[in-house]
Amino acid sequence: MLRYVALKTGRAAFVVWAAFTLTFVLLFVLPANPVDLLFDPTELNTVPPEVREQVADNYGFNKPVLLQYADRLGHALTGDFGSSVQSGRPVASAILDVLPETLLLSAGALVLAVLAAVGIALVATSTRRAWVRNVVEALPSGAVSVPVFLSGILILQVFSFKLGWFPAFGDDGPRSIVLPLITLAIPVAGPIAQLLVRSFATEFHSGYVTTSWAKGATRGGIILRDVLRNASLPALTIAGITFGNLIAGSVITETVFARKGIGRLTQNAINTLDVPLVQGIVVFVAVSFALINLFVDLIYPLLDPRMRAVVEAQK
Amino acid sequence: MTHDPLLRITDLAIDYPAGRRRWTPAVRGVSLHVEPGELVALVGESGSGKTTLVQGALGLLPPVARRRSGSIAYSGVEVTGWNDKRMARVRGNYVGFIPQDPNTSLNPTKRIGHQVIEAVRFNAPRPGTAADYRAAALESLRTAGLQDAERVFQQFPHELSGGMKQRALIAIALAGHPKIIVADEPTSALDVTVQKVILDHLAGLRERLGIGILLVTHDLGVALERADRILVMRAGEIVEHGPVRQILDQPTDDYTRRLLAASPAQHHGRLRDNTSATGLVALEARALSKSYKHVHALKTADLVVRKGTTHAIVGESGAGKSTLAGILAGFTTADSGTVHVGATELTALNRRELRTIRRDLQFVFQNPYTSLDPRFTVRRLVEEPLRAFGVPIEGRAAELLKAVALDESYLNRLPGQLSGGQRQRVAIARALALNPGILVLDEAVSALDVSVQAQILQLLVDLQAESGLSYVFVTHDLGVVRLIADDVTVMKDGAVVETGPVEEVFHAPQHDYTRRLLDAIPGRDLRSTR
Amino acid sequence: MITRRLQQPVLLLAWLVVLVVIGWAVAPQLFTSYSPYAGDTAASFAPPSAEHWFGTDRLGRDLFARSVYGAHTTLTATLLAVVIAFGIGTAVGLIAGFSGGIADTAIMRVVDVFLAIPSLLLAMVVVSVLGYSTNNIALAVGVSSIASFARVMRAQVLSVVHQDYVRAAYGLGVGRIGVMLRHVVPNSLSSVVALAALEVGTAVLAVASLGFLGYGAPPPQPEWGLLVAEGRDYVAVHPWASILPGVALAVVVIATHRISTSFRKEHSR
Repeated sequence: MLRYVALKTGRAAFVVWAAFTLTFVLLFVLPANPVDLLFDPTELNTVPPEVREQVADNYGFNKPVLLQYADRLGHALTGDFGSSVQSGRPVASAILDVLPETLLLSAGALVLAVLAAVGIALVATSTRRAWVRNVVEALPSGAVSVPVFLSGILILQVFSFKLGWFPAFGDDGPRSIVLPLITLAIPVAGPIAQLLVRSFATEFHSGYVTTSWAKGATRGGIILRDVLRNASLPALTIAGITFGNLIAGSVITETVFARKGIGRLTQNAINTLDVPLVQGIVVFVAVSFALINLFVDLIYPLLDPRMRAVVEAQK
Repeated sequence: MTHDPLLRITDLAIDYPAGRRRWTPAVRGVSLHVEPGELVALVGESGSGKTTLVQGALGLLPPVARRRSGSIAYSGVEVTGWNDKRMARVRGNYVGFIPQDPNTSLNPTKRIGHQVIEAVRFNAPRPGTAADYRAAALESLRTAGLQDAERVFQQFPHELSGGMKQRALIAIALAGHPKIIVADEPTSALDVTVQKVILDHLAGLRERLGIGILLVTHDLGVALERADRILVMRAGEIVEHGPVRQILDQPTDDYTRRLLAASPAQHHGRLRDNTSATGLVALEARALSKSYKHVHALKTADLVVRKGTTHAIVGESGAGKSTLAGILAGFTTADSGTVHVGATELTALNRRELRTIRRDLQFVFQNPYTSLDPRFTVRRLVEEPLRAFGVPIEGRAAELLKAVALDESYLNRLPGQLSGGQRQRVAIARALALNPGILVLDEAVSALDVSVQAQILQLLVDLQAESGLSYVFVTHDLGVVRLIADDVTVMKDGAVVETGPVEEVFHAPQHDYTRRLLDAIPGRDLRSTR
Repeated sequence: MITRRLQQPVLLLAWLVVLVVIGWAVAPQLFTSYSPYAGDTAASFAPPSAEHWFGTDRLGRDLFARSVYGAHTTLTATLLAVVIAFGIGTAVGLIAGFSGGIADTAIMRVVDVFLAIPSLLLAMVVVSVLGYSTNNIALAVGVSSIASFARVMRAQVLSVVHQDYVRAAYGLGVGRIGVMLRHVVPNSLSSVVALAALEVGTAVLAVASLGFLGYGAPPPQPEWGLLVAEGRDYVAVHPWASILPGVALAVVVIATHRISTSFRKEHSR
């Protein structure tokens, strides 16, 4: 058991370290002249050489690469990713500033998405009508096919401009979060629903369900007592993919609805080539991903007795 | 006065879709009945429609299936066409069901107790307290023969052996106090000794509780030994029915006669006298051991195979027989011990030298559905070993097919277009391609129907007589052993418990375990009383 | 049964959509007589009509023509991305799954890292380093999808390697390379091909998303994501300007998903 926890924790730590190293190579080593990235490309030619020299010195670009790496890694371990080039503020606080907005948006969207996905899977499994099942099963693949920016614009057009039910932009008041929430929930729900529809069908046709029928259970009872739990467990295995979809989706959603958040921050950081901020965000995302996967790895054995046996056997 | 049987199926016909508006009949006008206290066996090979019939009786047909005609009545109550909700009151309450594979038939994430309690609760005549349900569930587990009911109650399915799981499923089937139990191949996933215990117990329940049992099985031996009446089913129809004695002594249908002839228990000795046996040693294993993690799969096992003979390795699951076969064939390396093929020591060889040995030692797998690459034609499959060794292939493929009694028209087919028996013939043809001296056959007939099994066994003894092959024949089925083997080695828990000539081991078993195995062969006694 | 009959025409339609869009990319002039660049400013923001199927934009350019010509930019990038992801990912997964041991562990740990960074984010970083252009978008999207191909291929290889017919081939004396080329690769590839078909849709979306965010081809070059972004500022008044090109894009992605599903079904049959 202890070995299992240690192994999984070690793996998570490795992922975070490697993500840091990867972004360091991409952002600080690969560019021929990393100092150039710190200036607006259109103004690059007008920057006096001594200013460039000074900036390079400030960022430690004159030191050997390995020394720079050790220096940055050391600081990163204490949560210090340097300062944003644009705003001059520490990267960590720039991220923490907008984190609550994104957290609220993605948590809400996730809840909505999971509810929708479970609903779709339940309807697809419990209906006796083939056409209902076909329609419902087509929904998830539609959800992952429609680009987020299009669904965002469509929702905006219908519910804000045409019907006037919700405000179009900004982030004040609970009403303004409704449309972004729905927009973000759609692409997140798609893959979860696809997985659930499949695993519900598999479990519903498994041997122990036949046993339950033979016991005298009803269709509804079987779905609630046997299928729901066993078929939902696999959804945990795509927690990482779901997280990635939430991040990617929030970049677009926050842009379409002009909301504050990690997504907008990322886009701005990339647009302005704010290298320290970009690195900070990527590492932050990798940490979150690693923590989520670690959590799933640790909780799965508690939910599935078979996994528990496997883990306990690894002594 | 007329009394109604527990279950009466009248002229039932069930179809499956076979494309646009076309239907394939799976069950064609079957009628049967089961009386109280009676054990009726329904015997058929795969594809005979026996499982569809059972599903039809329980109202558990898949939605695509269609009932064309016929009716089902329990104690005279017509249930034909009832929906799930109404059938739910019949199932569990009136008819209990024991499924085929205990390993997949229990919910893996729920404790056994919980699953039995559900069966009690669904079928309780009036609502009871949690304590009532618990007591009834424990009682049911005990009735199913689980002495340690309290402990099993708390356990998850994966913590139990196959036999214990099947008992838990029997407890679930009994929990609603049904009048009739339908058992669909209840023991075919279990070891023979466990099968015997479970069948003994079912027979006992029938006497103690006076319930009726409909036992579905592919094993005529089981049916002959246990049933009061037998129905033989083939291609969706009942081809023969009657009391056991009558079926055994005066079978009227040709198919029944063939089944009886194919049943290993009906034979006294080898299918063909061995004329190729020599005193030489073809293969010799000494003190082979192998461990996986902490499990000793094989403990200092010895084996001597005489040239031109068949040496059977018999044992139940976990006996280590497949590990032994894997080491002999060079798929697995032993932790210690030696294997000699002729004068060469197999265990000392590197990969390249091992490859050369392959020319003389070939392997046939248990499952012909997985051992042939689905993308290869029969020709490519059979020619593969020839190409690997750069041997001329001109005309060999047709020759090899002829040796296993298949004609040239099969050359361009894919495995998906062949039956199980045909596939196994192709696998044997492939193994023979390099003219090896030794064939290791790992449960090579276990996945096949009895009638097909008999044909493959005949083919094997004929090939041996023609070319003096030596066989290492791994099987769990003692019945098959005497049809084909000259020597036999009995294994249990990774160790050899007994070895010797077949006649000796069968007539004067030295080891207690060997005796138990021999006792458990279904239908063994019937032959002697005939 | 009724459902299967219903689904077949849908599949046919999906193939038709994909073929037409490939036609757009290869020979746009066959599908529209308008130029994607020259517009009539007098006719700006004309609503959809028989003359201008998708309407016109701010500069009076025909939006259908811009969508047709945009197919070339978007599809070329998509194709490049899928080729990169499929080629490298499959090779890496094959090596990891077939060799096993330390090589497998090392490769899969690296794959873990790439999976830990959401592909859109990774693509954005890569594009920011390489510079904004459609080719770089293709490269970025391709690189960020390598990991998922590698993982699927490895899982497939591992399951094939343990099949009896692979053990049988060794038993018959076939060498390791022979087994890999003749048995493992053909039997593993089919499910990766289904993934590749799915990836076409995903890559179209990723390319368009990056275009929408402004990391792709610079205006006035037509590109699907960019078309939506250009129309977005006027969405309240002239919704078709961004919605119709976006719908065309969505239809293509749905079609590729449908085709991918049919591959998967054939495989599992």
